[in-house]
Amino acid sequence: MADYEIPETHEFPIIPSIMEGAMAHSAPFVASEEFQTAMGFPSGAETGQLIDGWKEKFLELLEEKLGKYRSLQVFMDTCVKCGACTDKCHYFIGTADPKNMPVARQDLIRKIYRRYFTFAGKFFGKLGIPGFVGAAELTEEAVREMYSYYHQCSECRRCAVFCPFGIDTAEVTMAARDILSMIGMGQKYSNQIIPKIHKIGNNLGLPEAALADTLEGLEEEIEDETGVKVRLPLDEKGADILLVTPSADFFAEPHVDGLMGYAKVFHAAGVSWTISSLASEAANFGLFIGNYEAMRNISLRIRDEAKRLGVKRIIFGECGHAWRVAYNHLNTLAGPWDFLDQNYPIPQHILEFTKDCLDRDILNIDKSENDHMTLTFHDSCNIARASRIGEEPGSQFTTPREVIKAVCNNFHDMPIETIHDQTFCCGGGGGLLTDDLMELRIKGALPRMEALKNTVAEKGVTHMAAICAICKSQFTKVLPYYGMTMDQIVSVHQLVSSAIILEGQGEEAEESDDAEESA
Amino acid sequence: MTVLSIIYVVLFYVAIIVLFGGIANKVMLYKRVPAPLKIPVTPAPITRGGVVYRLFYEVVFFNSLFRASKWTWIFGWIFHVSLLLAFFRHLRYVISPDVFFWPLVNNQIVQSFGHYAGFTMLLGLAGLLARRFLVDRVRYISSASDYLMLILIMGIATSGLMIVYVAHTDIIQLKAFIMGLFLADPQNLPSDPILLVHLTMVLFLAVIFPISKLLHAPGLFFAPTRNQVDNPREKRHLSAWGAEIEKKDGRNA
Ligand code: SF4
Ligand code: SF4
Repeated sequence: MADYEIPETHEFPIIPSIMEGAMAHSAPFVASEEFQTAMGFPSGAETGQLIDGWKEKFLELLEEKLGKYRSLQVFMDTCVKCGACTDKCHYFIGTADPKNMPVARQDLIRKIYRRYFTFAGKFFGKLGIPGFVGAAELTEEAVREMYSYYHQCSECRRCAVFCPFGIDTAEVTMAARDILSMIGMGQKYSNQIIPKIHKIGNNLGLPEAALADTLEGLEEEIEDETGVKVRLPLDEKGADILLVTPSADFFAEPHVDGLMGYAKVFHAAGVSWTISSLASEAANFGLFIGNYEAMRNISLRIRDEAKRLGVKRIIFGECGHAWRVAYNHLNTLAGPWDFLDQNYPIPQHILEFTKDCLDRDILNIDKSENDHMTLTFHDSCNIARASRIGEEPGSQFTTPREVIKAVCNNFHDMPIETIHDQTFCCGGGGGLLTDDLMELRIKGALPRMEALKNTVAEKGVTHMAAICAICKSQFTKVLPYYGMTMDQIVSVHQLVSSAIILEGQGEEAEESDDAEESA
Repeated sequence: MTVLSIIYVVLFYVAIIVLFGGIANKVMLYKRVPAPLKIPVTPAPITRGGVVYRLFYEVVFFNSLFRASKWTWIFGWIFHVSLLLAFFRHLRYVISPDVFFWPLVNNQIVQSFGHYAGFTMLLGLAGLLARRFLVDRVRYISSASDYLMLILIMGIATSGLMIVYVAHTDIIQLKAFIMGLFLADPQNLPSDPILLVHLTMVLFLAVIFPISKLLHAPGLFFAPTRNQVDNPREKRHLSAWGAEIEKKDGRNA
């Protein structure tokens, strides 16, 4: 573990006093020319330099964005500086840097909007006191500050829940990042990943042969463990269901245990399914960088593969932002989906599928398999505040909990002000899950770690379940910094996987069958 | 007609044009700019009616603000309700007694609540101003105009109360002046200084409305995060420019 100053956790949440400039040094690596070009973005003379004529370009792009996104135009105008959002961001709570207060983050670009696009800003700008009405000149320093602080936002929308005008800083961050990319300041992490998805099929750059190997290995693992042959099919034409899942599910812990869980559920439900090598990635970093076309191109791979493989349904694995894009935008970006079976939601979430199987009582579950754990559940921001799982508003909170309770005996929630739509981000979402932002990730995890620690102490919780690949990776990294262990984070379908008893599963299975019957 | 009255006639017309023209202009802009993607903050309503209810709840009770900060909520809510009551009270200066709802405006309840509203408005504003000074986070995000806006409205409330309690004005003549504006038949305005201060500040507020954060009032209804229906899987949402992109490469066919 590298050395970082770890923020202290408390029994009750504490809102810090502001510390100006506390995180001014934090910025991710800027994309080099190679990665900028791959995305079709321009680069300056050297990495990290702005392109010639960046100022005009910036204003031109901002004007274009204002004309294309109602959210941005309205949000630029409506903030009354009431301060309601100021203590809501996990990055502010964890760093005390006032520019990590959502409104201050918005202001970095709102100042420019006020200065160049409003009467008040132009008027006072000419008088030389733009600050009087919250406007400011567009300088290179201002741009660098944007690069820094728009990469200290995980686009989690917690601020938007509390803003009286629904101002969503995530929208502002996305717009800003897109503009920055177009003047030579793209982020290396995201820009490096996106082309891989088109060239190879996933963010990891895991080619088809390696993927096939991996899946085969998982089949063997399940067979060793259960004695049952459960398939994880790849590129199988004519399968009913296309599973699109984050590529971390193929190799990372605890993600991969979740993937085996999906496979077992599909097996037990008796449906035919497949993974596609060309669409072996649910993640869509186009969202993070605020680029509609990048997001659309990534989404269209799924359309192409669904057609090529002739599937009838699409199901997404456990991933937060991927589900946000799938749920809200797949229809917009890659629809219409008239060639799929209209009797099922398009797309469907794996939890919706599993929940339905549990409701129909077609899974054989032995809850006691998870008795060595006491669970809590981390609501991922993109699922809690930017999408839905299930039929009712808010069923994104109940569905995962019902599934967990159906497969585990011990469950406790964390404090109410840290879950459901008030959930705290893991600290690594929104394109920040990169080592060059480690300090930010650790500090941003503070509110969640604090809530978890207190629940561990009060309720004896031992593990936290999550349904997002980024959350899982982030927690494995940061839990040790807060005095916990990396294996305390589990996949929801990992719990399902442990509890499910497949037909024909060895001696143990029969015993517990009997136990259940006599119960 | 006094010179003063002529000046105020002009000021009133200018302010009204700027206020309504400016707001109309902004509202049309908000309508014109497309929302290319579904971005309701969830849990969100799954029907149009649900959205109406959600917005109603926000407008009337400041629901999100209530969840966010009880202090800001209480002061903000008191201020806005007072503003509404004061607005009702002032209606009797701008509508003719022939109008059928005159009794609804010109009655003891509306008038006396309107009075008290002046005091509660000041209380709410003082609370909001104090927060701006005292809470380091709010102080950090405030610019001069944020303070001045509060002080301006406090000035309006104070001068209004002074007209009621300290220095009465000729309200018959005031009403004649206002009605004259409607009928394009300019009348004299009482020249009491406090009234003039009161009116001048109100006119100034009207003029800066469309170029300031006061746009939060119409803007509230246009936030896609709050006014969209949560039904993206059921109904395809596509903006005009999104459709353009689609047409170019035909990949959605
Ligand atoms: S979206 Fe999340 S990370 Fe970004 S400013 Fe709002 S609360 Fe902070
Ligand atoms: S809560 Fe909304 S209106 Fe209030 S300061 Fe934050 S962004 Fe502005």
